[in-house]
Parts: sequence; C-alpha cells; structure tokens
Amino acid sequence: MGRVLLFQGLVGLTEAMYLWLVAAGLSLIFGVLRVLNFAHGALYMIGAYLTYAVFRAFGGNFWIALLVGPVLVALIGWVMEVVFLRRIYRVDVAFQLLLTFAFVLILDDIVKLVFGPVYQSPPTPRALSGAVMVFGSPLPTYHLFILAAGCAVALGLWLFLEKTRWGLLVRATSADREMARALGVRSSRLFTFVFMLGAWLAGLGGALSIPVRAISPGMGETIIIEAFVVVVLGGLGSLRGAFLGSLAIGLLHAYGIVFLPIFELALAYLVMAAVLIVRPWGLFGVREA
Amino acid sequence: MTAPERSRAWRTGAAILLCAAVLLVPVLFGKFAQYFALNVLLLVLLALSFNLLFGMTGLLSFGHAAFHAAGAYATALLLRGGAPLLPAVVAGALCAAALAAIVGAFCVRHTRVYFSMLTLAFGMFVYAIVWKWTDVTGGDDGLVGIPRRSLGLPGPFDVNLAPPRNYYWFSAVIVLVSAGVLHRLSRSPLGLALRAIRENAERAEFSGIRVRRTIFLAFVVAGAFAGLAGALLAPLEQTVAPTAAHWTKSAEPVMAALIGGPFSFAGPIVGAVVYLGIKELIVRYTEYWLLVFGLVLLGVVLAFRGGLLGAAESLLARRPWRLAPRPRTAPRKDAA
Repeated sequence: MGRVLLFQGLVGLTEAMYLWLVAAGLSLIFGVLRVLNFAHGALYMIGAYLTYAVFRAFGGNFWIALLVGPVLVALIGWVMEVVFLRRIYRVDVAFQLLLTFAFVLILDDIVKLVFGPVYQSPPTPRALSGAVMVFGSPLPTYHLFILAAGCAVALGLWLFLEKTRWGLLVRATSADREMARALGVRSSRLFTFVFMLGAWLAGLGGALSIPVRAISPGMGETIIIEAFVVVVLGGLGSLRGAFLGSLAIGLLHAYGIVFLPIFELALAYLVMAAVLIVRPWGLFGVREA
Repeated sequence: MTAPERSRAWRTGAAILLCAAVLLVPVLFGKFAQYFALNVLLLVLLALSFNLLFGMTGLLSFGHAAFHAAGAYATALLLRGGAPLLPAVVAGALCAAALAAIVGAFCVRHTRVYFSMLTLAFGMFVYAIVWKWTDVTGGDDGLVGIPRRSLGLPGPFDVNLAPPRNYYWFSAVIVLVSAGVLHRLSRSPLGLALRAIRENAERAEFSGIRVRRTIFLAFVVAGAFAGLAGALLAPLEQTVAPTAAHWTKSAEPVMAALIGGPFSFAGPIVGAVVYLGIKELIVRYTEYWLLVFGLVLLGVVLAFRGGLLGAAESLLARRPWRLAPRPRTAPRKDAA
C-alpha cells in the first residue's frame, strides 16, 4: 500500500508540472502588469494546438514542434499586449479582466474553427515512449521527462530573475511599480516582454501536454481555474508560491481521488476560498499596503 | 416641464409600454416567441441582480451562477417532492439568499481582484458539489421531470400553471415586480450608499456609511433575485443541470450588463435582450457564436465601456442642432 501511495504521489507531481507552467506565467504577469489574465488557459490550449500543427507540418518531429510552438504562442501574447491590453491599463481592473475573458471566447472558437471540435491525440516521441519501474509500478518515461522539464523551467526562471538585469527589472517592477518607473524602468517594454514570457510558459505547458493528454478546445477552461487556485494559494505574483502551490494541488488531486473521490474537486476550491479569506496575499506572497 | 421632469415622464411612459408589451407577448405571438421572451426575462432578472453589485457598487462577481443554481435546485427538489409552485419558488429565492449570506459574509472583506477571485472560488465550489453529489442533485444528469402543477393559493385564486401561457404570465409578473423593486432600491438610500462606495469607498466610510454592512446587504439581495431567476427557470425547462452553476453561466449576466451598459438601471435589460437576440440570430448561421460575442465584448471594453446605453447617451449629448452647452452643465441663455 505504501508503495502504491508513493507512486500515486509521483503521478500527482507530474500532473502538477503542467499546472506550474501555466500558473508561473499567470503569476508573473499579475506581479508586473497587475492584470489577471483569464486567457492564460486559452494560451495553454493554443500552445497545444500550434505545437501539434507544427508537429504535423515538420513530418512528425516532436522536438522541432516543442521549440517552435511555444514561440508562436509568445507572438500571440505580443499581439494581445501591444494591440489590446495596453490601451486599458488605466481603466478599472474589472474591464481588464473582461478583456482577457473576451480573448478566451475568441481563441476557443478560432481553434474550433481551424482544427475542428474533436479530440486529437498525437503519439509520444519515440525516444520517450518506454516506461521505468518506480515503487513497483511502471511509470512512462515521458512522465519523468515532464518532471525534469518542469524543474528545469523553475530553475531557469529563478536564474533569470536573480542573475540577469532584465530579471532585476521584473522584480523591481513587481515589488513597487511606481518606484521602478520613477527610477527609469521603461515599463511599456517590460510589460510586453513579461506578457510574452508568460504566454511562452503557458504555450510550453500546452506543448508538453500533447503526447499524454488529449487535445480539445475546452482544455484551457479546466486548467485556468486550477491555475487560479494555485496562484491564489501561493500568492499572486509569487513564483515560488506558484511552484509549491502547483505541487500541493497536484498531490491533493492525486490523493483526493483515492481517499475522497466525491469531494476531491470541491476540496481544491474550498482551499482556494479559505486562503483568500485568511491570507488573501497567499501563503508565499507579500502583503500589499 | 423642466428637463428632468420631462425625462422622468419619458422613462415612466417607456416602462409602462414595456410592461404592456411583455404581458401581451403570449397573445400576439406564437409559442416560440413566448418561450424565448421568458428566457430573456429571466436573464434580465439575473443581469439586474448582478448589476446591483457590478454597476452600482463596482464589484465584479464571477460566481453569480451559484445563487442562480441554488434557487433552481431548491425549487426543483421541492416541486419533485410535491410542493405547490408559489411556495417552492419563494423557498428557492430564500435558499439562494441564505447561500449569499454565507458567501457574502466572507466576500465583503475584499474588493477588486480579490473579490472576483473569491466569488469565483465559491461559485466553482458550489458547482463541484452540485456535479458530484449525485444522490441529491442527480450529478451530471441534473434533475429531470420537474412537475409544474398549480400555484398553491387557496380556492378560486389557484391557477393551473401546466399550460405554458399561464406559466409565462406568472413568471413575467414576478420578473416585472422584481425589476420594479430593484429599481426602487437603486434610488433608495441603500442605492445611494452603494454608489458612494463605488466612487470612493474610503470617503464613504468616513462620511458614516458602514461599507461592509452595506455591501453585504446588496450581496444578499442580489443573491436572492438571482435565485428567484433560477427558481423560475427550473419549472420552465422542467430540468436543471449542473451547468446552471458553472462559471460560464456566471459570465452571462456579466455580458448582458456590459453590452447594455452597467452604469444605468436599464442597461442590463437592454443588454439581456440584445445578448439573447443576437445569440438566437447567430446560431442559425454559425455555431461559432461565442467568437462573435468575444469580438463584441472586445469592442465594448476598448471603446464603449458605458455599453449601448452609454454610447447612445453620449451621442444624444453631442446633438449637432444643440448649439448651447447641455443644460446640466450651464443654463442656456434663452432660459434665463
């Protein structure tokens, strides 16, 4: 029994990695732009579809697709920020939320229009199609790859934020926007960059999901609500919080299905509500003045 | 007549005409129009209740469907248990109000993004419960075969509501009365306090308004009317499904209020009519009607944040034949 539970936990952590990639972008964007991007789940979905399209176009090379797909999503992010979002930073927050919501509707239907409303499921790349024995059960090699990729992104983001000049600007703007601007940070370029980075992360999550999760137009709606739960849990704007929050929700799902099959789904929302009530700035966020 | 008096006379006249038109629908049109009109009326009620929080108070709730579903499920369960219609509908609205009181007690502590997130969390929590608690709610299939028999009043006042036409009149009267109550409320001291909170919550607090208690009241009232809309929907469709609680349902009143204009009382009414009307038209040509609404929403948010009514108002204010400035800003020379 103990080994089965450990294995179940490992599967939960794998699932948590997709959530982490989406939540990381969501949290990063909120930290810097102060916009809660409802369309982030749609970007995840677009990432999956575009990667799949590139995969087909390049004769089934998964690695090229993985490289190109998320970059295309970042370009969509560029359009969203430069053409649309930028115009309403001064308006009430509710309208910013609604603008991103409009993008959910638009992107969902465009995908249905272009790719059709049915499920698609491309094959796992050959190099990762095997399985390894972990805790006495077979774990697909691809799951290990996902775990590694998720942790690599976490490490990369940490290095970027702590060790580079742009990372410094991102942190400064996130901590105190007015002060950063007063000290000469060109916020408009930074906003565009951060939005594209966030979109790229969501796209990467979608791209990585295609060999194991079926692609469907509704896949973004499920993950965005989960990502909201995660960023609220970890604290809006905190990347460390987003990472740990994703792991927590992944484990909650993995074990919830075993122990509380009926209320597993409700539990996540209850946790989210409880955190918002007790610590609205999240478990790892910084309290706003 | 002075300008404000004239405008009030216009509005009263328009409201009376509208009520008459609503009540005449079953006489003038066919079954489909009657069904469609009732759907519009129920969305109007939902959107008006939502706008009590959004347009009036400036709080964007993303969990309004939870109260809608609470009303619908409570009424459906009571009707299936053999209760007469009127008590079941009232009980549905009260259940929604009770849920709103619980949720609202927590939500009023927050504003802006945190308010939206918390209402979303509670809304999805209710959805998850409805979806998984199969024994009571029927789970994924929902509740089917909801009976619609008699009103439940004694003797000669009892009406058989099984014919769609009778049910239409019953629901229409309730919606019209509710709209009247909400309109009265928006002009009451509570409504003024809510607007003061929207403009500047801190200042409102200093001028003696108990901000949290006032928002809480609005939250419960909004929840009750959203529940009433749900309670009337259940016997109309004779089924309830968990989608009634999903966040995509919460988005409907948001759209209606935004398209019509959240800053005037009639905005959500116009918005609900336009929203369902356009939807009905578009789905005949394409299944991608959400794409069209996404584009409409985009345009509204970028260019017409006052919605259709706001746009119409600013257009009227710019009447080319009016040479002097508007009377509200400065009295015209000839009037002096």
